[in-house]
Amino acid sequence: MSEATFHEERAAASIRLERGLVALGILALVAAPFLIYPIFVMKMLCFALFACAFNLLLGYTGLLSFGHAAFFGGAAYFCAYAVKAWGWPPEAGILLGTAGAALMGLVMGFLAIRRQGIYFAMITLAMAQMFYFFCVQAPFTEGEDGIQGVARGHLFGIVDLNVPMNMYFFVLAIFLLGVFAIWRIVNSPFGMILRSIRENENRAISLGYSVGRYKLAAFVMSAALAGLAGAVKAIVFQFATLTDVTWQMSGEVILMTLLGGIGTMVGPVVGAGLVVGLENTLATSGFPVTIATGLIFMVCVLIFRRGIVGEIYVRWLVRASGQGGNKH
Amino acid sequence: MTMIFGIPIQALLGQLLVGLINGSFYAMLSLGLAVIFGLLRIINFAHGALYMLGAFVGYLLLTHLGIGYWPALIVVPLAVGLFGVAVERVALSRLYRIDPLYGLLFTFGLALVIEGVFRFYYGVSGNPYAVPALLAGSTNLGFMFLPNYRGWVVVASLIVCIGTWLLIEKTRLGSYLRAATENPELVQAFGVNVPLLLTLTYGLGAALAGLAGILAAPVYQVSPLMGSDLIIVVFAVVVVGGMGSILGAIVTGYMLGLAEGLTKVFYPEASNLVVFVIMAIVLLLRPAGLFGRDA
Repeated sequence: MSEATFHEERAAASIRLERGLVALGILALVAAPFLIYPIFVMKMLCFALFACAFNLLLGYTGLLSFGHAAFFGGAAYFCAYAVKAWGWPPEAGILLGTAGAALMGLVMGFLAIRRQGIYFAMITLAMAQMFYFFCVQAPFTEGEDGIQGVARGHLFGIVDLNVPMNMYFFVLAIFLLGVFAIWRIVNSPFGMILRSIRENENRAISLGYSVGRYKLAAFVMSAALAGLAGAVKAIVFQFATLTDVTWQMSGEVILMTLLGGIGTMVGPVVGAGLVVGLENTLATSGFPVTIATGLIFMVCVLIFRRGIVGEIYVRWLVRASGQGGNKH
Repeated sequence: MTMIFGIPIQALLGQLLVGLINGSFYAMLSLGLAVIFGLLRIINFAHGALYMLGAFVGYLLLTHLGIGYWPALIVVPLAVGLFGVAVERVALSRLYRIDPLYGLLFTFGLALVIEGVFRFYYGVSGNPYAVPALLAGSTNLGFMFLPNYRGWVVVASLIVCIGTWLLIEKTRLGSYLRAATENPELVQAFGVNVPLLLTLTYGLGAALAGLAGILAAPVYQVSPLMGSDLIIVVFAVVVVGGMGSILGAIVTGYMLGLAEGLTKVFYPEASNLVVFVIMAIVLLLRPAGLFGRDA
C-alpha cells in the first residue's frame, strides 16, 4: 500500500502548495492596481478567467475545444449591445452575455459531443468560424467597427465604474468568484465524474454514467464562464469587436492553458498573465506576435507539455514526498 | 434569356463553376489531410499554411528567379514536400506516442509561424500571379464562356485526386501504406521501414498542399492569409466526409464546393455559412460522416 500513501502525501503536498500560491496570488492582485496600470491587470484577469473556463473542459474533462472564442467574443457582443442599445445596467448586460454564451454552448456542445478527440476539436472550430461569419454579416455587431463607446455605467445603480479602482475591484471580484466556481465544480462529485471521463471514457460508460450528458454539462459551464469573462472585458474596454470571435483567439486561450499547465487550477492564470504580458511587450517592439505565439506553441508541445505550473508541481511533489528520480 | 427557378442560366452556371473551382481545392486539401491522418493520426493544421507556402514559393520563383508557372508546377510541390519531410523528421516524429491532440496543437503553432513570417515580410494584401500564356483567354462553350485557366484547374485537380487515389489503392507502396494504417507494428515486423513511410507520407501530403497552392495562385491572389481562411472550411469538409476513405474526402470536397456555389445564386448571404450548416446537419443525422466508418 506504499503506493497509496505516496499518493496521499502527494495530494497533501499539492494542496499545501496550491493554498500557498493562491494566498500569494490574491495578495498580489489586491496590490497590483497600485503598482501597475489597472487596465492592463484587468485585461489579464479577463483572459485568466477565460483560460480557467477553457481549462475546465480541456484539463478536467479532456475535451479540446477549438472554438471558445465564440463564447468569449459572443458574450462581449451581447453585453455591449444590451448596455449600449437598450441602456441596460452593466450587471444586467454581463448576465445577459453569460446566459447567451451558455445557450450557444448548449447548441455547439450538443453537436460537438457526437464525435470524439480530434473531430471534437474540428467541429468546435468550424462552429465557431460559422459564428464569426455570422458576426461579420449581422447588423447588430456593426461589422468591422464593432460596438464602440459602451458606457461603463453604475454597478447596481450605486458604484460608479468610471472610477478605475471601482472597476478594478469589480473585475477582481468576478474573477475570484469565477475561479472559485470552477474550483468547486472540479472538486465536486460531478467533477470527479468529469475526470473519470477524461481518463477512460469507455470505463465511465460501462460504470453507467451517461457520459454525453456530463460532457454537455461541462461544455455549457465552460462556455458560460468564458462568456462571463468576455462580457466583463466588454465593460472594461467599452467595446466589443470581431477580434474576440476569431479562431486566433480560440488558439490564444489554448496557448495560455498549455503554457501555464493543463489540468492545474493556477496554471491558466499564470499562462494568461504571461501571454497578455508578452503581447503587450511585443506590440511596441515590432516583432510579430503570431510568430512568437506559434513558436511558444511548438516548444510547449515538443518539450514542455506539463506547462510552467505543472512542472513546478512535479518538482515540488517529488521533493515533498522524499522520492527522488522523477522518471521521464 | 433562359431562366431556371427565376435565375438566368448564365449566372447559375457561372456560380456553379466558381463552386466547382472551390470544390477542387477543398478536394485536394481534404485529400492531403486524409492521407496524413490515415497513417500519422495527426490532423495537420498547417495544411492551409503549406498551401499558402506553395502559392508563395511559386510567386517568389516567378518574381525573383523568373521561373514560370510550368516549371513551378514541379518545383513547388518538391520544395513544400521537402519542407514537410524536415518538419516530420525534426518534430512530428516525436509526437506519435502521445495524445494525437498534441499533433494538432503543434501544427497549429507551425501554421501561425509560417503565416506570421509571410505577413511580416509581405503584409496582408494579395499579390497577383498572372495566368500562364498558354491558358490565357476563354472558350465559348455555347451556353457560357469558360476561362481556360479555370477549366485547367478542374482537370488538374481531378488528375491529382485520381492519381493519389490510384497510388494508394493500386500500387505496392500504397498497399504498404494501407497496411501500416491498420497495424504499424506488424508491418514493421515484416521488414517495411515504417518510420520512413511516415516521413514520406507527411511529405506527400505537404507536396499535395503545395501543388494546390501553385494551382490556386492565378485564381485567387497570393496572400499570407489565403491558407487560414481555407483550412477551417476544409476541416468542416473532412467532418462531413469522414476521414475513413480517400474517395470520400474527394467526393465531399467537390460536393460542398458546388453546394456553396448554388447557395451564392439563391441566397448569397449564407454562402459562407452553408458548409458549416451542412456539417451540423450531417452530425445530427450521421455523426460518423457521410463516408466514415464508426470509430
